[in-house]
Amino acid sequence: MEEKVTAENLYEKCVYTEEFVDDEIVKRNSVRRLWYNFRKRKIAVLGLCIVAVFILIAIFADQLAPFDPYEQNLSLANLSPAQAAERGTGNLLGTDENGRDLMSRLMYGARISMWIGLFTAAIGFLIGAPLGVIAGFFGKKLEMVIMRIMDVFMAFPQILLAILLTSIFGQDLKNAIIAVGICTIPNFARTSRGETLSIRSSEYVEAARALGARSGRIIFSHVMINVVSPLIVMTTLNFGNAIITTAGMGFLGVGAQPPTPEWGAMLSNGRQFLLVAPHICTITGLVIMVLVLGLNLFGDGLRDVLDPRLKD
Amino acid sequence: MSENLIEVRNLKKYFRVSDGQLHAVDDVSFAIGKGETLGLVGESGCGKSTIGRVILRLIPHTSGEVLYDGENILEYSNEKMREMRRSMQMIFQDPYSSLNPRKTIGQIIAEPLLINGLVSRKEVTDVVLDLMAKGGIRKKLFNSYPHELDGGRRQRVGIIRALALNPKFIVCDEPVSSLDVSIQAQILNLLQDLQENMGLTYLFISHDLSVVRHISNRIVVMYLGKIMEVCDSRELFRNPLHPYTKALLSAVPIAKYNYNRERILLKGDVPSPVNPKPGCRFAQRCWMAKECCFEKEPELKDVGGGHCVACHLVNREG
Repeated sequence: MEEKVTAENLYEKCVYTEEFVDDEIVKRNSVRRLWYNFRKRKIAVLGLCIVAVFILIAIFADQLAPFDPYEQNLSLANLSPAQAAERGTGNLLGTDENGRDLMSRLMYGARISMWIGLFTAAIGFLIGAPLGVIAGFFGKKLEMVIMRIMDVFMAFPQILLAILLTSIFGQDLKNAIIAVGICTIPNFARTSRGETLSIRSSEYVEAARALGARSGRIIFSHVMINVVSPLIVMTTLNFGNAIITTAGMGFLGVGAQPPTPEWGAMLSNGRQFLLVAPHICTITGLVIMVLVLGLNLFGDGLRDVLDPRLKD
Repeated sequence: MSENLIEVRNLKKYFRVSDGQLHAVDDVSFAIGKGETLGLVGESGCGKSTIGRVILRLIPHTSGEVLYDGENILEYSNEKMREMRRSMQMIFQDPYSSLNPRKTIGQIIAEPLLINGLVSRKEVTDVVLDLMAKGGIRKKLFNSYPHELDGGRRQRVGIIRALALNPKFIVCDEPVSSLDVSIQAQILNLLQDLQENMGLTYLFISHDLSVVRHISNRIVVMYLGKIMEVCDSRELFRNPLHPYTKALLSAVPIAKYNYNRERILLKGDVPSPVNPKPGCRFAQRCWMAKECCFEKEPELKDVGGGHCVACHLVNREG
């Protein structure tokens, strides 16, 4: 017969015993978990889709573009999409001031502009983040030196600095990209420094020191891991910024040169015909906007998902 | 307690602040015997945690000595200190901030082993699982993140991490003050079991007198960076001599209905530890203070049986 629970043995019955049943290491597939969490964020998925579409267009521009992006036909110049449809020329998004197909140029431009964004962000991230982390972590004179140099960089208008750099290294799209990349370094450095400062004083860094960890190890295994996520968002924000800055440089004649179907250059060329053919600027601008928006949504989602504190 | 494992001599730690020197720890001396638990109590800001951190060289000292087995570790080179850290570890107060939120439990516990190159990467999982079993953490949690655990389990992880190097001396910096009472008891029992099994020596920092009473052999009472009273733990609760200790003990709540005892209520606030005035640190709030208390600083004197008090009045009578 089962023993009755009475006031006397109540305590015995209720004693908390931790049973180690089915106690095995729970394997976690971090990639699958990331994807699972990411998928739940519909907006981030939308961002990813936008970015993916752009990447595919950039890769398959040769196959997808209906026209040669360099072929001019002055008799068809400045056609808006509506006019083009009326005349049956087949230019879905109309033509630009030299009668080139706007859609084909945008497709080829995706290649160039996405490289610009990627490279500038990579330069900023790979140089700026370590500088900021080092400055924040070691402090004192090293921080003074690094951050004051960054301040000097920030004090210059980005475009001016980029022009300065291209005039030293030569006018060419490659140099323009490098120059814009260098301009983004201070942003990354500042953000990562700020993050590092708060991490440096945290108890888990102190604990690592007590365990005998050297500074190098603490930086790599504790600081970096925590600094990366705010930088991801910065990277995506920077992407659009870099395209615009490079565009501005193209406009000033130090970036991409006219026949190149670079979005920024297209935007600034279209500006001259804003009253006659507003569709050139509008459509190009919208394309840039959609890509940047997609990247931001994607980056935001990525940051959230990479945080292990996230609720599943 | 035959031999002293840790001896702190005239330890001072001043922080430079805008209006002078903040005397966080001022000329403090005490010793901890092998296998002993020394409780260190005092109110917030009296320098308890600073002492713990200075002993482990997590913050630099101003002057004084910390002897570990007779050797002054404050003079060790950084490299030698790194070796030394294997035998002295720390358990932190807040298990929420002392574990890196982006690392799994397995990674956190493996860290000390890998840093000190004690285990190869192949064996590390087995060793970590072994340690987890010792500290009462399930294998299941190996790949969990700290935020997925409750406070008690997190603190266990912190304890396991500190014990992974097989240290002899552990500074417990308020290890239970952020836990609720039932978990506190679990953690305290775990600490006591580990002490028995591994022959550990603890410096147990806390502001909770009942916790300190439960775990300590001897107790050091601090006030504003100074030691007020050092005494065997039972003796302290039975016969507190220093007015500050008396006041402190009278503030411990006692769960008895209709039990009215005389409470000693201190007036005023804790004075600033920045550029303290000469004389006894406690004199301004002491209801027994005489003139001499404001003029001369009392020395810590043994009044018999290892009961040391820093008070002019007590020392005169005794």
